[in-house]
Amino acid sequence: MIEKISLYSKSRVNNPAFYFTVENYIVKAGLGSILDKVKAEERLSFDDGLVLYNSNDILALGYLANLVRNRMNADNAYFIYNQHINYSNICTNLCKFCAFGREKGADLAYEMSVEQVKEKVRDRLAEPITEIHMVGGIHPDLPFDYYLELLRGIKEVKSELHIQAFTCVEIAHLSDLVGKSIEQTLEILIDAGLGSLPGGGAEVFSPRIREITCEKKLPGKDWLEVAKIAHKMGMKSNATMLYGHIETMEERLEHLSALRDAQDETDGFLAFIPLSFHPKNTEMSDLSRTTGIDDLKNVAVGRLFLDNFPHIKAYWVMIGPQMAQIALSFGADDMDGTVKEEVITHMAGADTDQAIGSTTLVRLIKEAGRVPVQRDTLYNVIETHN
Amino acid sequence: MQFAEVIENVLAGERISDEEFLMLEAQADLHQLGFLADSIRKRKHPQKVVTYVIDRNINYTDICISACKFCAFFKGPEEKDGYLLTFDELGEKIEETKALGGTQILLQGGLHPGQPLEYYEEMLTFMKSRGIHIHGFSPPEIHHFSELSGQPVPVVIERLIAAGLDSIPGGGAEILTDRVRNLTAPRKCSADQWISIMEESHRQGLRSSATMMFGHVETSEDRLEHLRRLRELQDRSGGFTAFIPWPFQPQNTVLADLEKTTAVGYLRMLALSRIYLDNFDNIQASWVTQGPKVAQLSLSFGANDFGSTMIEENVVAAAGISFRLSEQEIRRLVSDAGYTPAQRLMDYTLLA
Repeated sequence: MIEKISLYSKSRVNNPAFYFTVENYIVKAGLGSILDKVKAEERLSFDDGLVLYNSNDILALGYLANLVRNRMNADNAYFIYNQHINYSNICTNLCKFCAFGREKGADLAYEMSVEQVKEKVRDRLAEPITEIHMVGGIHPDLPFDYYLELLRGIKEVKSELHIQAFTCVEIAHLSDLVGKSIEQTLEILIDAGLGSLPGGGAEVFSPRIREITCEKKLPGKDWLEVAKIAHKMGMKSNATMLYGHIETMEERLEHLSALRDAQDETDGFLAFIPLSFHPKNTEMSDLSRTTGIDDLKNVAVGRLFLDNFPHIKAYWVMIGPQMAQIALSFGADDMDGTVKEEVITHMAGADTDQAIGSTTLVRLIKEAGRVPVQRDTLYNVIETHN
Repeated sequence: MQFAEVIENVLAGERISDEEFLMLEAQADLHQLGFLADSIRKRKHPQKVVTYVIDRNINYTDICISACKFCAFFKGPEEKDGYLLTFDELGEKIEETKALGGTQILLQGGLHPGQPLEYYEEMLTFMKSRGIHIHGFSPPEIHHFSELSGQPVPVVIERLIAAGLDSIPGGGAEILTDRVRNLTAPRKCSADQWISIMEESHRQGLRSSATMMFGHVETSEDRLEHLRRLRELQDRSGGFTAFIPWPFQPQNTVLADLEKTTAVGYLRMLALSRIYLDNFDNIQASWVTQGPKVAQLSLSFGANDFGSTMIEENVVAAAGISFRLSEQEIRRLVSDAGYTPAQRLMDYTLLA
């Protein structure tokens, strides 16, 4: 048997002379004042963010983001053993950047019964799954009870599962549906088994972008309001940004600023997850896919600007396991999880797999020179793979 | 030797020793390798230009007696479904290439057991008559032609040049150590033979590229020996235009149970190559194996060339990898990274 010899080493040198050289280079690249702030752990301004977004010096951005990443998360790179379930793609919003949503009765439109969802969970009971990640469209006529039954049904199959379900957009819809406040609606959902909220539906908060791409969707300020209410009730959630379509750098930063302000207020966000736009099969299919540099830039700027977010996730389903692995040196400390059955991005032509084995994740992380840490939804450590 | 000294030496533009290479490989992190490689790249190419070539791979046959364990492309001579392209087919492919703005053909094939040297001479003469640069016949093929014809290598090269050969691709280098070749490709030409064929072709005035296929059974020392032999030959001949490292693609090969090199592993090796091969002007990114995103990033890890548009590619595709990139897409990726894209010829002169 032929044995593979690793290209990698575990021992990496922290050499002051080298960092001095690199920092000179960063100063020459015009990023000296940002470097100073990063080292002094000072908050970056809006204009700093613009300078970063407008720089093509990805090595410098990566170096800066890595300083923050290492300070906040040391060498840890997190992943979760999770299962995605998209209960329905029937949606009244029909956002232009979405290849997943369908009108009721349209081709490829589907909705799962509660029993079907339970079956999906049951099918994988043998696996060490700790989280169900469940989102769907804004369905025109499923009753409120359906959503409660989904939560209760999953818990019936395996009570210890954490259910991270329903974006802020869905929560606002459910609140309308049941005719109760966001807070009252969340209370009922929590009672039925809801554990935390995923970060989807944020897109780009800018009213200009929403008017052009998703005019029927919950406005950005309301999205933030739902997240903050959830946080104030003790619930955790994530935040995303869909980049790489028609947004400007200023709009990206306004989005990040709004998230940072909200986090200052509630401290309820766990992770920021930049999502790369996938144009295929959408109404914006004439746009190009994001480039590797833009993917890394969004990770790096996210890490640098969102100084109050504990985690930055490189979501491999969106940017591919290769880029997600590289991103672990450019600000990210989380690769999401095993996923399985991801539908939303794949309907938009993602060429990534729909699942990844935990052994592959562990290997990618180790070869990136990091320590793989299997976590639960709330970032409690389940197992460290030294 | 201290790590700090190695870094100082690299940044001062000095050649690194083998010991220093091993130290960097073992101890430097991804950022350190990136900055070092990028500093060399900037010194060698102060203009922010990234080049690419428009060409087509033509694999004239997939019938091969070499049966390398890392290859998903070949058919054994005993298999029924191997192919050998006709001259008509070659002609058609050349016309298509020219119509797409292509300037050269990358001509490579398996080690076919049945064709005499005269056949390849005719092939070159025929292709050359269509008016295109022929970048063809890697050292294992030239070695094979020499064995079959009984003619010494210098004569074979002379005859191929006379028939129209313009330059030689760097394929078939794999890992240039006999230990690795015995394990994976025992019937292919040896490391010494590969080097001496390149040296002879450089002596006769041909330029060539050099490659390395890593991430299979080789050790760190094997990779170093490979780079050392290339650097030594380049010191003697100066005939190499570029170095192109790419990771082994295991799918559909005898070695399919090996793990594929990750993107970080690729970028590290790319940067290490840029640092070690101080006498190579150009380092090429491998979008064919890495895809457009990682290939774009490789421009920050030592690469200054995006390779070819590859109107046709068969060998990596046989290992289940099928990225496609148009010229327009290559130009977009290069521009987005902050460089000016420029179409080049085989010898890296730019098209006006």
